[in-house]
Amino acid sequence: MSIRVAMTVNGKATRADLEPRTLLVDYLRQHLGLTGTHVGCDTAQCGACTVHLNGNAVKSCNMLAAQAEGGDVLTIEGLAAADGTMHPMQAAFKDCHGLQCGFCTPGMVLSAIDLVHRYPQADEKTIREELDGNLCRCTGYHNIVKAVQQGAATMNQ
Amino acid sequence: MGAIDSSLFAGIGQPLLRKEDYRFLTGAGRYTDDVNERGQTYAHFLRSPYAHANLRGIDTSRALAAPGVVAVFTGADLSGVNGLPCGWLITSTDGTPMKEPPHPVLAQGKVRHVGDQVALVIAESAFEAKDAAELIDVDYDVLPAVVAGPDALKPGAPQIHDQAPGNKCYTWELGDKAAVAAAFAKAAHVTKLDIINNRLVPNAIEPRCALASYDRHDDSYTLYVANQNPHVERLLMTAFVLGLPEHQVRVIAPDVGGGFGSKIYLYAEETAMVWASKKVNRSIKWAADRSEAFLTDAHGRDHVTHAELALDAQGKFLAMRVHTTANMGAYLSTFASCIPTILYATLLAGQYTTPVIYCEVTAAFTNTAPVDAYRGAGRPEATFVVERLVHQAAVDTGIAQDEIRRRNFIRTFPYQTPVALMYDTGNYDATLDEAMNLADVAGFPARKALAAQRGKLRGIGYCAYIEACGLAPSNVAGALGARAGLFEAGEVRVHPTGSVTVFTGSHSHGQGHETTFAQIVAAKLGMPVENVAVVHGDTGRVPFGMGTYGSRSLSVGGTAIVKALDKVIAKGKKIAAHLLEAAESDIEFKDGKFTVGGTDRSKAFAEISLAAYVPHNYPLDQLEPGLDETAFYDPTNFTFPAGTHICEVEIDPETGVVEVIAFSACDDFGNIINPMIVEGQVHGGVAQGIGQALLENCVYDPESGQLLTGSYMDYALPRAHDLPSFRVGTKVTPCTHNPLGAKGCGEAGAIGAPAAVMNAVHDALAAVGVTRIDMPASPHRVWQVIQQTQQSARS
Repeated sequence: MSIRVAMTVNGKATRADLEPRTLLVDYLRQHLGLTGTHVGCDTAQCGACTVHLNGNAVKSCNMLAAQAEGGDVLTIEGLAAADGTMHPMQAAFKDCHGLQCGFCTPGMVLSAIDLVHRYPQADEKTIREELDGNLCRCTGYHNIVKAVQQGAATMNQ
Repeated sequence: MGAIDSSLFAGIGQPLLRKEDYRFLTGAGRYTDDVNERGQTYAHFLRSPYAHANLRGIDTSRALAAPGVVAVFTGADLSGVNGLPCGWLITSTDGTPMKEPPHPVLAQGKVRHVGDQVALVIAESAFEAKDAAELIDVDYDVLPAVVAGPDALKPGAPQIHDQAPGNKCYTWELGDKAAVAAAFAKAAHVTKLDIINNRLVPNAIEPRCALASYDRHDDSYTLYVANQNPHVERLLMTAFVLGLPEHQVRVIAPDVGGGFGSKIYLYAEETAMVWASKKVNRSIKWAADRSEAFLTDAHGRDHVTHAELALDAQGKFLAMRVHTTANMGAYLSTFASCIPTILYATLLAGQYTTPVIYCEVTAAFTNTAPVDAYRGAGRPEATFVVERLVHQAAVDTGIAQDEIRRRNFIRTFPYQTPVALMYDTGNYDATLDEAMNLADVAGFPARKALAAQRGKLRGIGYCAYIEACGLAPSNVAGALGARAGLFEAGEVRVHPTGSVTVFTGSHSHGQGHETTFAQIVAAKLGMPVENVAVVHGDTGRVPFGMGTYGSRSLSVGGTAIVKALDKVIAKGKKIAAHLLEAAESDIEFKDGKFTVGGTDRSKAFAEISLAAYVPHNYPLDQLEPGLDETAFYDPTNFTFPAGTHICEVEIDPETGVVEVIAFSACDDFGNIINPMIVEGQVHGGVAQGIGQALLENCVYDPESGQLLTGSYMDYALPRAHDLPSFRVGTKVTPCTHNPLGAKGCGEAGAIGAPAAVMNAVHDALAAVGVTRIDMPASPHRVWQVIQQTQQSARS
């Protein structure tokens, strides 16, 4: 048995017949080949799978593809401009050395953008608390916090 | 001495932004699970739900009949295949070799820890593989389990392996026991501590993953795997387990999402998959879920130790005596045996002149996941012993924490320790001074008083650590039991137009080698970093290398590249001499140009490389065409990064919450190529060290052997709000025996931080009479120990 699912992903209309238990992250990775979204824990704890659904950060390992029916999904692949120019938050992560192995990075960047949308003037304490849902094992968060501050400043300009 | 290559330092030392970041930031990274083969199948491993059980029977018939199932394999199918090998032979004090019971790829008659792999199901989809595994009927005869090292060594403990009576792997010693006893007998003061170094789960955010393929076209295998050292993986798998021809197996470790040691090892899963790929003649993909990672990734630490330090009346250390029980888990992982021995006891001198040291280590098998190297690997455990002892000795004798360290610092180099190592260089006063500046130690009493007014307990803790990195040389390590070489390989391939591809045996899984190594090449050859590409992680492309572990990539892997660059320049001079009609000895290479000394006659590097590949005007009778050089570098000694870390904590006695107010680190990593990357390595290591001290603890139920901390709901990985921003600084004494003068920086944070944090916690809790608290100093534990101390004071 399969179900028909349709949604917009990175500005393009997509649809597929899926096993009902297919997770959103598996639809993105396996059916659309958008492998920039990662699976780190499969229990909604690590945040590596974070994408935007209708403008809000969600953990794509923790929802069914069917739950995103009709939605507008943004993944890390859709964040940079068409000519490859990075979004200010992506650029800030590079400038501040806010990534090492890169595995948590797509989810971290998308969470950070969501954070700035909600708290445009976030201070360090707020940033640290709001990044609670994204685990990084490499950076100790020091440079991620700096990157979010820099990215926020550019986004607010 | 004098090995430093000054020509390297133009352009080096700059915080160059990383070349690799663009792909990671735009979703273009390519990790193992992002790679797919046409028509691939999916693997699922059925795992033991019991810690210890005999397998009375396995019935796979229902699974084989399930939809989409391609094959089901059990231990019986692999009975002719060897077990997974251990790469280091430790010899017990009585002269007998360590016990090496078989480590089967799939369980053979018995399971020995929760998560032990019982069967491999291969199906058309991951769902079908998982569903079918639930249809396998396994008849378990459940046995009593033991999970703690000391418990496993007690008489009557459940016997885990027939080949290891009493669950003992080895008892090993280092140092002069009698001299230590004599020194203790005349000591003015003896400090004694019982120490538990808690078991940790490494938790790279990318779970282990593999994609194994067999190709009938040329009878070859390709394995993509999340791994830190693909050549070692291939050698162990082909030569020791599967008996495959090494040249027919290609191992590719593409982008890897963190390792921290846990991806060094040859694991059962990818071994079974390579074997099965020919049986089913299909590609097979497996990606661990996080629960599997907790259950089956090699864990770290897990020591139980009694340690003693003898001092004279002036606070000089006279001797140290250490007894440790190390938990090996159910099987010997790839390098498990050398971690609590070679990489532990040898570090017990620390930064100090302690003249005699004795250490005895007993390694025990238990019904838990195997334990192996995790960031620091033996050196954090040693540092924790030394620096907790020193802290307590200062408290006992009333000497200030910095002063007791200064009274015992090594200041003359080279320095031969009583535990086998020869430190080449260091300046421990400099790193201590700078760390104290960063930490504003002078202002601490005032901060403590203010905290006390708010009802909070402030404490400050020091850790002056040393580590031994770039494990070497191969022949010495071989004499100590190593079954592998410890060199590194680098190839510098100059293209006709003068750009360069470097092929390194080192492997980057976050360390930024593509940038750091390119900086070395660019500086040495006088070209833009953009003209240099770095290739790693593919046995089909790079020369045989040992990979990345033990903070070795720059000091060993980087040096191999420097040696290859030296060969390129030497050959370039010959070509230039011919083109410029000058004597080779008159040719100088500087800023990317070969020049006849004292003249303005020169050839650019790209002119030389073009001549090498279009050898029309070329000394073909004396020189081969081409400009492509390889070097293998075997270090002559370890490197010895060292430094001081200082932690300031504030504890709320009402809740037991420990807040890290400040963490200051001053490290001496020798010469630094990219300070931005080095600081990032320190941040990450410190975060893991704070995690060990305050948050992380891998707990097995002592009765059932079930893993109680098997998810991020139960195992407290540090999150952003658990940590402060860090204060980091460096001092430099260049390593004396490699041309980069580099020592390594990857593990320092994880080595220095636990003792700094726990010394601060003990300092803070001393105000309420607490004398011992073990890691992790979680709110629950802190609150409990405060209550117990107050109750016993009242009674």
